[in-house]
Amino acid sequence: MLLEIKDLSTHFHTDFGVIKAVDRVDLSIDEGDTLGVVGESGCGKTVLALSIMRLIPTPPGKIVSGNVIFNGVDLLSLDSAEMRKIRGKDISMVFQEPMTSLNPVLRIGDQITEIIKLHLGLGREEAMARAIEMLSLVGMPSPETAIRNYPHQMSGGMRQRVMIAMALCCGPRLMLADEPTTALDVTIQAQILELIGRLKHDIGTSVILITHDLGVIAEAAEHVAVMYTGQVVEYASVENLFATPLHPYTVGLMESIPKIDAPWGRDVHLKVIPGAVPSLDDLPKGCTFQDRCAHTMQICREKEPQLKEYMPKHRVHCWLYEK
Amino acid sequence: MTMVLVDIQGIKKYYSARAELLAKEQVSVKAVDGVSLQVYSGETLGLVGESGCGKSTLARLIMRLDLPTAGRIFFEGENIFKLSGKDLKGYRRKVQIIFQDPYASLNPRRTAGSTIGEPLLINQMYDREGRALEVARIMDVVGLTKEQKGRYPHEFSGGQRQRIGIARAIILKPQLIVADEPVSALDVSIQAQILNLLKDLQKEFNLTYIFISHDLSVVRHVSDRIAVMHFGRIVELAENRELYEHPLHPYTVELLSAVPAPDPGRKKERVIREREVTGATNGQGKCPFHPRCPVRVEVCEKDEPELTDRGGGHFVACHGDA
Ligand SMILES: Nc1ncnc2c1ncn2[C@@H]1O[C@H](COP(=O)(O)OP(=O)(O)OP(=O)(O)O)[C@@H](O)[C@H]1O
Ligand SMILES: Nc1ncnc2c1ncn2[C@@H]1O[C@H](COP(=O)(O)OP(=O)(O)OP(=O)(O)O)[C@@H](O)[C@H]1O
Ligand code: SF4
Ligand SMILES: [Mg+2]
Ligand SMILES: [Mg+2]
Repeated sequence: MLLEIKDLSTHFHTDFGVIKAVDRVDLSIDEGDTLGVVGESGCGKTVLALSIMRLIPTPPGKIVSGNVIFNGVDLLSLDSAEMRKIRGKDISMVFQEPMTSLNPVLRIGDQITEIIKLHLGLGREEAMARAIEMLSLVGMPSPETAIRNYPHQMSGGMRQRVMIAMALCCGPRLMLADEPTTALDVTIQAQILELIGRLKHDIGTSVILITHDLGVIAEAAEHVAVMYTGQVVEYASVENLFATPLHPYTVGLMESIPKIDAPWGRDVHLKVIPGAVPSLDDLPKGCTFQDRCAHTMQICREKEPQLKEYMPKHRVHCWLYEK
Repeated sequence: MTMVLVDIQGIKKYYSARAELLAKEQVSVKAVDGVSLQVYSGETLGLVGESGCGKSTLARLIMRLDLPTAGRIFFEGENIFKLSGKDLKGYRRKVQIIFQDPYASLNPRRTAGSTIGEPLLINQMYDREGRALEVARIMDVVGLTKEQKGRYPHEFSGGQRQRIGIARAIILKPQLIVADEPVSALDVSIQAQILNLLKDLQKEFNLTYIFISHDLSVVRHVSDRIAVMHFGRIVELAENRELYEHPLHPYTVELLSAVPAPDPGRKKERVIREREVTGATNGQGKCPFHPRCPVRVEVCEKDEPELTDRGGGHFVACHGDA
């Protein structure tokens, strides 16, 4: 077990009240494994990743409970100097928006070598050589030229590769990739996913892949956590999740996406999940999916279900399976 | 479904830009580079292609929000770039656009009702009471309640905001709706609701859609015919099923193979090649796709392929597999 997240909660205090962005999450990831985290906008995916990295802006945010045990050490117990040594080296992150997370006035090469010098203690020239090596590893055409470029001189796909090169340059054990392909075209997306798969294979890095796209999950993940309103509502291997989705939300999500090989016709309608995700500052008592669910029972409105294993290695957060 | 509603003839739109931030030379960005296309009354024409290929520029030209560098667009036989005064106003009633971003495209200081009813006011249609009735009716059609009339955009979810945009677009009973990435900014579970709504409205009001998206699964779900755009040009055009089952252009093949299938048992063979930075200055006299084309032949470097009919209305611009 490389990373074990236990009972993690991260809350934000806002004018409207307390937002439980991450609510009692339990998850784990093995060495060399890719965990996909899927869910709709605002369900807490980024906050989960930022909590692992200990990058939650405080205030308004705060990790209010839990443990994040990485390689036997609870990251939440480290002081900020100790955490800085781990961040960018053992655990690195590819942020959701590549343009805002690259420094616009620094050349690409300088941004990568900065991290290498900090963590690996290499000199300028060695660091630059490593930067070039990383850029060619991520498939950057002519890396010797690329290091002299500024971010704006690169396309979205290239900037995303720079981000991945930066995340990998110190040989991390775990990489958090937050929507690494969402802003990209399908062709570039395919390249990046292939790249992540290849690097994982070559370097043995574990990956937490955050996305709202079930296609990306099917393509790249081995295990999947489905999030809804800050909670993990289902967890399974990717095969099991797609073969037998258990949570009504997961089922609904899978049915509502248009598929490229589905029957087509003027009158073919997509199945829909009625309603919308409830606001996090105004969640109902009990199951938070109750107002959109086709199976809601009395107990769903009264008591919150627990994430439990109802099938081997397949956990779900729903009263339907409580016999 | 055979009456031509929109006839696009050799339309071009070039922008001047600098190749790099500090470069001195001006180059011309050929955002739309010679598109000819017919849209039939009552159909949904899907338009796909990667970012920067010119989809929105073409949409703006059709909406007459922009003037072309060359070429003409006819709507019901009239050249839209020659319209003025009353005729232009009439055109603006008949064609409407739905934008991608339901957050940015609504005025935050206007209530939903006032946003939806504004086109009626501009066109001096109905009296106050009549307008209120019409707004309430349209809100019902798109799945909003009339109690929501007095609310402001920030009080709505993304999907509801997109419904406001759609209500506003259909209130004047247009003939043509250009939907530029209408569901791209929406959550997956809301996307399906809006796509279904667009289909229902089409049936009810006999609308013609030009549906723009970079998502091939979404385009496939809504379109009767699909045009694939690459570097400002249409490279393939065919009936929905035909395009997905028998893609002819290597670029279409590449796009289709890149779509991740929501099925872990079917990780597929990909045909992805390195993509050069958007060829803003694509030259004449060769196929713009040839540098990364797997089926290129000698002539591809000497001659730009024309969009030609390979039978049954399946058009392709490619020398490769002819
Ligand atoms: N700095 C902040 N202050 C207040 N609330 C915040 C802050 N950051 C996040 N939140 C709230 O936490 C919740 C979870 O946000 P998060 O960014 O994790 O969502 P996400 O799943 O990553 O969504 P997306 O797919 O849109 O990126 C949201 O309701 C968000 O509004
Ligand atoms: N006003 C403008 N001035 C200069 N260049 C422009 C302008 N508008 C668009 N372009 C350029 O024209 C090309 C086509 O842009 P357009 O917005 O039509 O692409 P698109 O296919 O809609 O892309 P996306 O999928 O990203 O929305 C791009 O290279 C763009 O940078
Ligand atoms: S707990 Fe009840 S309401 Fe919630 S998803 Fe399960 S059946 Fe539906
Ligand atoms: Mg996020
Ligand atoms: Mg566009």
